[in-house]
Parts: sequence; C-alpha cells; structure tokens
Amino acid sequence: MITIARPDLRWDPWREMDRLQREMTGVFTLPRRQPVVAFPPLNIHTGDDDVIITSEIPGIDPGDIDLTVTGDTLTIKGLRKEHEAKEGETWHRRERGSGSFYRTVQLPYNVDGNKVQADYVNGVLKIVLPRAEADKPRKISVSSGK
Amino acid sequence: MADISKSLKSEKAQAQEAALAERTKDRLTYNPAVDILEDADNLYIYADMPGADDKSVNVSLENDVLTIEAQAQDVSFDKHDITYAEYGVGDYYRAFTLNETVDRDKIEARMKNGVLNIVLPKAEAVKPRSIPIKVG
Repeated sequence: MITIARPDLRWDPWREMDRLQREMTGVFTLPRRQPVVAFPPLNIHTGDDDVIITSEIPGIDPGDIDLTVTGDTLTIKGLRKEHEAKEGETWHRRERGSGSFYRTVQLPYNVDGNKVQADYVNGVLKIVLPRAEADKPRKISVSSGK
Repeated sequence: MADISKSLKSEKAQAQEAALAERTKDRLTYNPAVDILEDADNLYIYADMPGADDKSVNVSLENDVLTIEAQAQDVSFDKHDITYAEYGVGDYYRAFTLNETVDRDKIEARMKNGVLNIVLPKAEAVKPRSIPIKVG
C-alpha cells in the first residue's frame, strides 16, 4: 500500500500550488462531467541528492510534453490528443480524457536545471532532478576559541 | 490541498471489491479507462494502463467475455522517500461481455506507451448481408 505523506500544515506550499493549479488548468476534461482533478497525477520521491518525479500519462507523444525548471519549481505542460473516431466508427464507450494540461510543482530544494533528465517509458514520465550544488547542506565546523 | 483520495478515484477507478472475486495477492487493482469503438468490420478497444508493457498484459476471450489484465511495474527508488503521492501503482483488470460474434483467430492486441489497443474483427457470419428476394 502506498503511504500518502501529509505535508506540514504550517505553511502549505501544496495549497498554494493547488490554488495556482486550479487557476491555470486549462481545458483538460474527461468526457463525463467530473470535477477537474489535477492532471497528470504526480508522485514525488525525495532523496538527499535528487528528486524523482513520476507521472502517469499514457498514450502521448513525448514531443508533446514541455518541461521547464527554474530554481525549485518544475512546470509540466503538454497535450494529450483526443482520440478521433474514423469514418464509419461509432462509439460504445468513451472514458479516456484528452486535452491540454499545465501543472507547476514545488520542489523541496533548488535543482540544477542543466542536469535534469526525463524519460517516458510505458506511459510513465520519470523526471530526475539533481540537487543544485549550492543548495547541498554544508557541514560547518565549530571551532572553540576565546 | 488537493484531495488525494478524489484524484485517485477519478483518474484511476479502483476496482470494486464486490464485483470482483478477491484476488490472492493483496495489491491495489484498478479498472483502466477505456474507449470502445465499432465500425462495420471490427471492434476497437483502447485501454489506458500506464506502467504496464506488452509482457505484463494478458488478454483473453472466453465465452464472449473479454478479460484484460496487466501488472504495472512497481516504482520505488533507493534512498528516496515518497513525499507526495497522487496515484497508486497496481494491477489492472477489466472484463467486457461482447455482444458481437468475434473471429477469435484474428484478434490483435498491441501495447504502446501504456495504452493497450485491441482490434477484434467481427466474424463473417455476423456482417450484414443483404438477402436477395426471389419472386414466385
């Protein structure tokens, strides 16, 4: 079972991001009228040296995804093309969503934009964001003296 | 903060336990979202199953029931904690009762970028045929 971590309630960056997300989310809709939920869904894995973000976006062309990184923010933009019925085809069921999506994610620390790597395998987008050198914790030695 | 449980339910429908005989493995199971289309010759099914590949997918047809099953690869990284999760990773299962007679030998299934595409050609006998009317 996935343990879903609840972030700190003090200053909630997710609430900020979520509000921004709601304002920004363009026209990603599911055919049945459902409340707009964040798309694509993200999981964030944090390590000491890098952050890995995985997202499930099946059936798109990797060329249709736009990733930008600034400091401690990752922006994912993209388009999932609608499945067009060909001449003579009728629909039985239509459940797969389509449309454009836009999300920004707050990262736990600054990352090095030049070293970010992303791949798309089996419909899962995986983004590895290495921590910026300047942001790595430094040990500070304390000298005794008068 | 986005209601995580809602996201999981809307995007990936968690399989209803009541409808499904319990599985021996204790693993999350999802019903993948599907698009089904039909034309004069074939039935087309597209199922969203991110994380699964052609080796972990199983499509079977028995007594007019088409069953789609797949396992998604578990994703976890050494020395990384999941600090925020909006989706779970698990198995996929969905079954359909076909009301078309299908030519079993010609069923084709293809897996690409987490989308399973199945083409089910309709059996010859079922294709509409106009019957000539004789006079007399």
